[in-house]
Amino acid sequence: MSVLSVSGLKTHFFTRDGVVRAVDGVDFELDRGEVLGLVGESGSGKSVTGFSLLGLVDPPGKVVEGNILFCGQDLTTASQQHMQELRGSRIAMIFQDPMMTLNPVLRIDTQMIEAILAHEKLPRKVAWTRARDGLAQVGIPSPEQRLRAYPHQLSGGMRQRVAIAIAFLNNPDLLIADEPTTALDVTIQAQIVHVAQTLCRERGTALIWITHDLAVVAGLADRIAVMYAGRIVEAGATDQIIDHPRHPYTVGLLGSVPSANRRGQRLAQIPGMTPNMLSLPNGCAFQERCTRGDELCRGDVDATFDEAGGYVRCFHPHGSEAGA
Amino acid sequence: MSQAAGLLVETPLQRFRAEFRESKIAVAALLVLAIIVLLALLAPWITPQNPYDLAQVDVLDGKLKPGSEAFAGYTMWLGSDGAGRDLYSAILYGLRVSLTVGLAAGFLALVIGTAIGLIAAYSGGRTESLIMRAVDIQLSFPAVLIALMLVAILGRGIDKIIIALVAAQWAYYARTVRATALVESAKEYVEAARCLGLSHARVVFRHVLPNCLAPLIVIGTVQTASAIALESTLSFLGVGLRQTEPSLGVLISNGFEYMMSGRYWISFFPGIALLVTIVSINLVGDQLRDVLNPRLKR
Amino acid sequence: MSLIVFFGVNVIGDPVDMLINPEADQAEIERTIRALGLDKPIHEQYLYFLKGIGSGDFGKSFIFGEPALKLILHHMPATIELALVSLIMAIILGIPLGLYAGLFPERRSSRLIMAGSILGFSLPTFWVGLMMIMLFAVHLGWLPSTGRGDTAVFLGIESSLWTRDGLSHLFMPALNLALTNISLVIRLTRAGVREAMHQDYIKFARAKGLHPRRVIGVHLMKNILIPIITVLGLEFGSLMAFSVVTESIFAWPGMGKLLIDSLLQLDRPVVVAYLMIIVLFFVVINLVVDILYSVLDPRVRLKDQGS
Repeated sequence: MSVLSVSGLKTHFFTRDGVVRAVDGVDFELDRGEVLGLVGESGSGKSVTGFSLLGLVDPPGKVVEGNILFCGQDLTTASQQHMQELRGSRIAMIFQDPMMTLNPVLRIDTQMIEAILAHEKLPRKVAWTRARDGLAQVGIPSPEQRLRAYPHQLSGGMRQRVAIAIAFLNNPDLLIADEPTTALDVTIQAQIVHVAQTLCRERGTALIWITHDLAVVAGLADRIAVMYAGRIVEAGATDQIIDHPRHPYTVGLLGSVPSANRRGQRLAQIPGMTPNMLSLPNGCAFQERCTRGDELCRGDVDATFDEAGGYVRCFHPHGSEAGA
Repeated sequence: MSQAAGLLVETPLQRFRAEFRESKIAVAALLVLAIIVLLALLAPWITPQNPYDLAQVDVLDGKLKPGSEAFAGYTMWLGSDGAGRDLYSAILYGLRVSLTVGLAAGFLALVIGTAIGLIAAYSGGRTESLIMRAVDIQLSFPAVLIALMLVAILGRGIDKIIIALVAAQWAYYARTVRATALVESAKEYVEAARCLGLSHARVVFRHVLPNCLAPLIVIGTVQTASAIALESTLSFLGVGLRQTEPSLGVLISNGFEYMMSGRYWISFFPGIALLVTIVSINLVGDQLRDVLNPRLKR
Repeated sequence: MSLIVFFGVNVIGDPVDMLINPEADQAEIERTIRALGLDKPIHEQYLYFLKGIGSGDFGKSFIFGEPALKLILHHMPATIELALVSLIMAIILGIPLGLYAGLFPERRSSRLIMAGSILGFSLPTFWVGLMMIMLFAVHLGWLPSTGRGDTAVFLGIESSLWTRDGLSHLFMPALNLALTNISLVIRLTRAGVREAMHQDYIKFARAKGLHPRRVIGVHLMKNILIPIITVLGLEFGSLMAFSVVTESIFAWPGMGKLLIDSLLQLDRPVVVAYLMIIVLFFVVINLVVDILYSVLDPRVRLKDQGS
């Protein structure tokens, strides 16, 4: 059985200037221990998708439609109380900027122990031991000492390790990682990816890795879903997406990633700017920036599925003309 | 949306007006303020008596309740004070004094503070740190204390109060102008203007000063309101204006002694006038801050 | 500073005119002048005064004939009591209201609170004081209008906090003095809450599944309290200074009322001594707040250790 099954999820923000359809009909599934890379530009709705899963969308935003089945139970109808119990124990989340996610005026031990005690009645001493072991597991040297530190006394990479340790304290079934490496140096990025990956594998935790960087998820994810303007425009197995992208947007994204085996070639750019979420065109949101856009693209696009369960939402996908 | 903006080029003033109008409260406050100023200006023509012309004041009219009829035949809608002055007339004349003091002090503090701030920003070095030191010291003390200190030195009277108020307020302007001027003069267009061979004065007045205008206007309104409040406070304490220059604060102070005997109106109505004036200036200032602050632009 | 204050105050007016019986003869006037030290040239008076400051002597009050410093110290406890109580009032009333307005900014009640805080800033304190007397003392007769009530000694501190009568006398002036600070605390708290609620550490705390009470009570409050406490510490000095107004209205026998009385009676040693003492107060308060801040904020603490 899948850990998570999202269908038709719509999260809208009711701002003064109009309704922003940040997430507008997103579907995906996730099995136990599976890693999903959720890729898209800033503003494509990938982070909001993550927050929707946790029930942490703040007003004026609201989940307006769709189902989020977590271990067979619909989270969109769950009570506040119930969501609070799930958060941090069965679904955990880590954030982009490790400078900002840890409370600057509380010590690490306070922040770790409270996360344990929020979900389990334990003696403080036991919780403290678990917190210490948690730090050791994410590769932090002399954890006892670190527990007494304040966040600003640790480096950025260390802080993100602490955040990961906190996320794993209660052995979650699902971890949502919202661009956790974006703010870090490249060498540290790799370490953090490795730590998260190892822990997920050991514990069978499903992972949603949200990023704008296809290169990061290429080596990490089992499957990739590409988001554009609130929708998943293409999804499939990682190899499939990287080697044979079909949506023009995915093609564009891949073209703009510098890579060693294309030295000397110009980096491709996607023309135009991210669309204004307040006034999206009818039909495909990418049509104005797309080299293949035409009249047809103004109509509603349905997803076309392939044999492996991947799909693309485009009238003129790459690879189809070659196959035809 | 972008097309509409392209066709219809708004002047900054038009946009400013449109944005200011977004807050109904601010517009109402501006209207009230205009009425208050008008009433104060027209006081000699719309009041039944000149409360400081002894020939027109009758002691027998003293301490009359609101709505009573004066000996001279007109109705004292707001009652009369201990000396028999019609309160309505006294308030309008008092408004004149209060507004004059507040505006004069506000304007002088603005000019002096701006000049000092610009000098600090442009001279740099020891002069700057000396000036800013003085500003810091001054700002760490509440305005009341500075004003009291000066009043203790200078004594009472309109001119002395204005000096005391300016002394208590110039530092706010100086600090803001210096900060803005430093930011502005670091920008490239000032450099460019200098390279064109423009004189210092021209750079300051044509380029730097206009950019300080927005924060100055905001501080100016708020500080004028607090100058009026401060003056009335000093006058109430008996160390501000004299009885011969009756501001609203003096009127309130006069009514204080009758308060215990239940003759509330002598202090109450001048207070209301003071309150409405100060609150409406502050409301206008609040909206100005929102409209003029580029950081809050949506 | 001392120079400005001393010479400045000396220019106010001639205290001899005020103090001496108009019908007194020339000999009597001269005797008084000599007794007060007013016959010496002004620079000599200043030297005298400087020497005095060194040994804590500001000269004798013309009116009371007592040392000015002693007079002020005698009035100081009442003022400190008033300022402290209103500081506490500002915290007790301001923080919950600001918290509410910050957490639910769209609610009508929040807007009401914010409108009220603008009023609190705009209203002239002295007039509100008068209106309070009118309403609570004259009209309703609930509270005594003026003066300080009975005091009692408890834990070695003489204060009106320990008696019913003292409390009833204290309530109105303290609230009056607190008014501006309540508004200030409301605004600071609200702004802090609004800013902190969008911070990732709050979202992360919620994502950990903490109870909202803990998120707000610990994660949020601990962050916003640091600036609030700092500002309030600095405001304590302002409260002492502002008590000049409140004490005059409510006839509270503190050093503020003493200052105004002395100003009106041209009792310049007392005025000078008051100004000197209050300046000293400000310097001390700034110092204490600096220390307090570094104790409260772990980020500052570390920097100090590192250097």
